[in-house]
Amino acid sequence: MPDAWTAEAHRLFKEFNIKTVGYVPDAGLTDLINSCEADNDINAVVMTTEEEGIGLSAGAWLGGDKSAVLMQSSGVGNTVNAIASIITSCQFPLFMIVTMRGQYGESNPWQIPMGQAVAPVLKSLGVHVFEVETDKEAAEAIEAGLKMAFVSNAAVAVLIGQKLIGAKSFIADVAEEVTHV
Amino acid sequence: MSDLKLNRSDVMKKIMAVRNNALVITGLGSPVWDLAASDHRPDNFYSWGGMGCAISMGLGCALAQSDKKVWVITGDGEALMGLGSLATVAAQRPSNLAVIVLDNEHYGETGMQRTHTSHGTDIAAIASGAGIQTTMTINNSETLEGLTTALTSGLLPMVAVIKVAAGKPNLILPSRDGVYIKNQFRQAVLGATEAMHSS
Repeated sequence: MPDAWTAEAHRLFKEFNIKTVGYVPDAGLTDLINSCEADNDINAVVMTTEEEGIGLSAGAWLGGDKSAVLMQSSGVGNTVNAIASIITSCQFPLFMIVTMRGQYGESNPWQIPMGQAVAPVLKSLGVHVFEVETDKEAAEAIEAGLKMAFVSNAAVAVLIGQKLIGAKSFIADVAEEVTHV
Repeated sequence: MSDLKLNRSDVMKKIMAVRNNALVITGLGSPVWDLAASDHRPDNFYSWGGMGCAISMGLGCALAQSDKKVWVITGDGEALMGLGSLATVAAQRPSNLAVIVLDNEHYGETGMQRTHTSHGTDIAAIASGAGIQTTMTINNSETLEGLTTALTSGLLPMVAVIKVAAGKPNLILPSRDGVYIKNQFRQAVLGATEAMHSS
């Protein structure tokens, strides 16, 4: 059974007529990626880096389509110039869902610096940031964000907190057996 | 490395002669002046920034406008910054997207420093390795004829690398106002009402 926020996100994508969903995978996005890939009315686009998602989203809008971009928090670092130079300069709409690492209960120290930088970096680029920690907050923020992005030409990122998706996605936390050397 | 004989303005004239209703998105730098000089019209999206994103923008537009051809016209430096997007194009296989790289083997806007293509990097081979079936490198006027045929009736997606001479272009500058460029493009493609009141 998919996460409650994920099912609601997919339902809202349909309601808002989202046609293209670009993503770089993250454990916390698995259900949403799967539901978009299984949906024949959505172009689900696996990307090599999150920066592509910004170009993809702008290009989709030029062609008349609405899109969403899904990524893990570390990937936000790869989007910075594209957001500033394309989205902000041209006032393109942008809707991102970012699943957080480096935050609440993180067990990989290399995730923490970028995780902590996500909100201030996005805000400095003019992106509206909604940080959520429950299924209900996530669903409300996704609906509000889609409306802001595509009715008000805004750039919006919904940050799905580790309190909601859990901090267990690091491989050492889910492996059958772990040996330290 | 090629003999770099083709002149970019001649190349653009040849390509634009077979454009018909293709939508064109440029990478930043010389391709902007090239397109403005050869075929300035509302369904051109001129990039003044966002280096490395032209191919991704072309893909997004191609998926949205599947009944029209979408051409990305960019330079070697811009394409090199977004090489991963070639793999993404290959995975999506949009049957209406052509990527045209005007390869002068130099970064034209920053002082003509050499790019990797002057050291042997082959963008068409990278595109082929990424999984794009139709790729070509154009070195002379005969192969340029093959490109215009491929653009009108060939199998897409396609990546064509055209080796052009490095030199100072005549600057024909379109507007730098990104909001204007975006809205003008959308109005040309979607009509005024849909462009301003998206459904």
